[in-house]
Amino acid sequence: MAKPETDVSQIGREYKYGFHTTDKPTFSTGRGLTREVVETISAQKGEPEWMLERRLQAYEHFLTRPVPTWGGDLSQIDFDSIFYYVKPIENQAGSWEELPPDIKQTWDRLGIPEAEKKYLAGVGAQYESEVVYHKLKEELTNQGVVFLDMDSALREHEEIVREHFGTIIPFRDNKFAALNTAVWSGGSFIYVPPGVRVEMPLQAYFRINAENMGQFERTLIVIDENAFAHYVEGCTAPIYSSDSLHAAVVEIIVKPGGRCRYTTIQNWSTNVYNLVTKRAIAQKNATMEWVDGNLGSKLTMKYPAIWLTGEGAHGEVLSIAFAGPGQHQDTGAKCVHLAPHTTSVITAKSISRGGGRAGYRGLVNVASGARGAKSKVVCDALILDEESRSDTYPTIRVNESDSDVGHEATVSKIGEEQLFYLMSRGLSESEASSMIVSGFVEPITKELPLEYAVEMNRLIQLQMEGSVG
Amino acid sequence: MALLEIKDLHVALNDGTEIVRGIDLIVRPGEVHAIMGPNGSGKSTLAYALMGHPSYEISGGDVLLDGESLLPLGADERAQKGLFLAFQYPYAVPGVTVSSFLRSAMNALRKARAGGTDDPIPIPEFRKDLTAAMEHLKVPRELLGRYLNDGFSGGEKKRIEILQMALLRPQIAVLDETDSGLDIDALKTIAGGISDLVGPEMGAIVITHYQRILNYIHPDFVHVFAAGRFVAEGDAELAKKLESEGYDAYLPEGIPGDG
Repeated sequence: MAKPETDVSQIGREYKYGFHTTDKPTFSTGRGLTREVVETISAQKGEPEWMLERRLQAYEHFLTRPVPTWGGDLSQIDFDSIFYYVKPIENQAGSWEELPPDIKQTWDRLGIPEAEKKYLAGVGAQYESEVVYHKLKEELTNQGVVFLDMDSALREHEEIVREHFGTIIPFRDNKFAALNTAVWSGGSFIYVPPGVRVEMPLQAYFRINAENMGQFERTLIVIDENAFAHYVEGCTAPIYSSDSLHAAVVEIIVKPGGRCRYTTIQNWSTNVYNLVTKRAIAQKNATMEWVDGNLGSKLTMKYPAIWLTGEGAHGEVLSIAFAGPGQHQDTGAKCVHLAPHTTSVITAKSISRGGGRAGYRGLVNVASGARGAKSKVVCDALILDEESRSDTYPTIRVNESDSDVGHEATVSKIGEEQLFYLMSRGLSESEASSMIVSGFVEPITKELPLEYAVEMNRLIQLQMEGSVG
Repeated sequence: MALLEIKDLHVALNDGTEIVRGIDLIVRPGEVHAIMGPNGSGKSTLAYALMGHPSYEISGGDVLLDGESLLPLGADERAQKGLFLAFQYPYAVPGVTVSSFLRSAMNALRKARAGGTDDPIPIPEFRKDLTAAMEHLKVPRELLGRYLNDGFSGGEKKRIEILQMALLRPQIAVLDETDSGLDIDALKTIAGGISDLVGPEMGAIVITHYQRILNYIHPDFVHVFAAGRFVAEGDAELAKKLESEGYDAYLPEGIPGDG
């Protein structure tokens, strides 16, 4: 405590995923986006005609939509310098050993094969534009669970994909949903049959390796009646001086009585724009839960949504945003109550330090006729120094008088007294600050499987190291 | 075995107001020194300053532990050297359980003692030490899973302070009004726990307004502290006299005691 003031000039955050390999892709569309690029991607994948048409419509729509001017600063994205499709290897591997040494080494360093052995029911690993490894435990395959990369799903389960693709998030939804629909590649497809419970998590890991890469995975999850699955995604990228773009679309349908939990631990390097559209529909008595941890990226704009369309449906969003130097986390949640006795809980925690900016942007909408709907929003912000910023933009629309909607927000700073107390027990200033921050996000980390909670706390510690002078 | 020496110590607020105006004190291993004084006399300021609180400035003098000045050190380093402060008003840390906090604190001290390399306490050893200390201090088990001091009663907070002291095994403990807010049974247990820890391995400074805690922790020396100075010194008899006669006789003119 000799120096109580945080010395922001000393901040040197260690990002251990910032390495890259120099492997040569087998195919790339080159920089920039044209109609021809869209056609080439579709042809490379040998897609059905309807998908190509959808892509081209979305491309046209993308061109007409202006870049949003709300949220974060998107004006620096250079759409012409981005690689929209990079195919790293010819064929997807069914075992890690089949991968080229460079790429296999990347996954080893990220610890994915190890995690798969220990506690995962299935793993998909996407490298640049393609899922290079995919595997599901055999007993789940035997129960009829489908866990595939989206391209394989389109080939092997075209009817289910066609029935649902773009129904939850049409390409007209926003500019980046249009872009994703035009150039999507990779992502996960999950189908869990009625009554089947997948107790161990299914995990997808998204890795960007090349500079100026654009990654546009597309995920579709269908949880059938009374079924359950927990899907976890992680993401990292190398540190480059110029920017990459990640614009995913995730659509989820939870049928009556089903439950889906979708957990994200986003740890992109701080040169990645992370602009993701995520939306789920929860039918009668279904439960949808988004657990959304945003620690990395230059700018994240992401507001996982739940449309509660069936009576008694429940939605839950737990969100953590941590913005360090040069980062802007514009995150939040949307819950739309369209049926009676639907309930939702949004818990958002944001931390900003070293000039970072973190915020909550959310919507609770109770439609007329959603009698007895209940929603509770709690947003807590922790600001670690004078340079940092926190914003809260809650929107609440209630068109049903028989409903109960609550919103609470707090903003706090780490108190000198609290720090002194912990330091008087022998903890260093950065250990003490990390402990306070870990405690602040504990209501969310305790919801994570143990391995992810440990990872989340470790990432927070890394964020905090070097935050004090 | 540690020796604490306070030499002509002056402590000021950041605005320059001097609160502690020159005190001298030597605490040898196994000794208990009671510092008694009216409210507002600067007792807590002295405690905070010894521990290295950044809001107080040492405007003169020195504090030495085994001959080494503590003044250049932060609170964390002072703790690592074996100094402990039991807070009058311990702070809450929501989201951090008592048990995980205790383990982190013990590991921080072990790390410092191992020269900066991690040396975490094995879980079975931690559980054993913890259970023994909790039974001794009558700390209910359910407190372990609760967030540190968050929503704790005054008595619970004080028990957890002394539990920390028992586990961290300091060489010099400063107890700032540990008796305040305790009912008589809690006072007996907690004071008994403190008393058991005093010995060849630990000396203590017991800061208090009232004499009653000294019925359970026998002081070797009693120092009356008023207006930033020691105005009288003696043995346990002095504490009893203060209890019956009050502080007024020891106060410099113009400084009111509040009884």
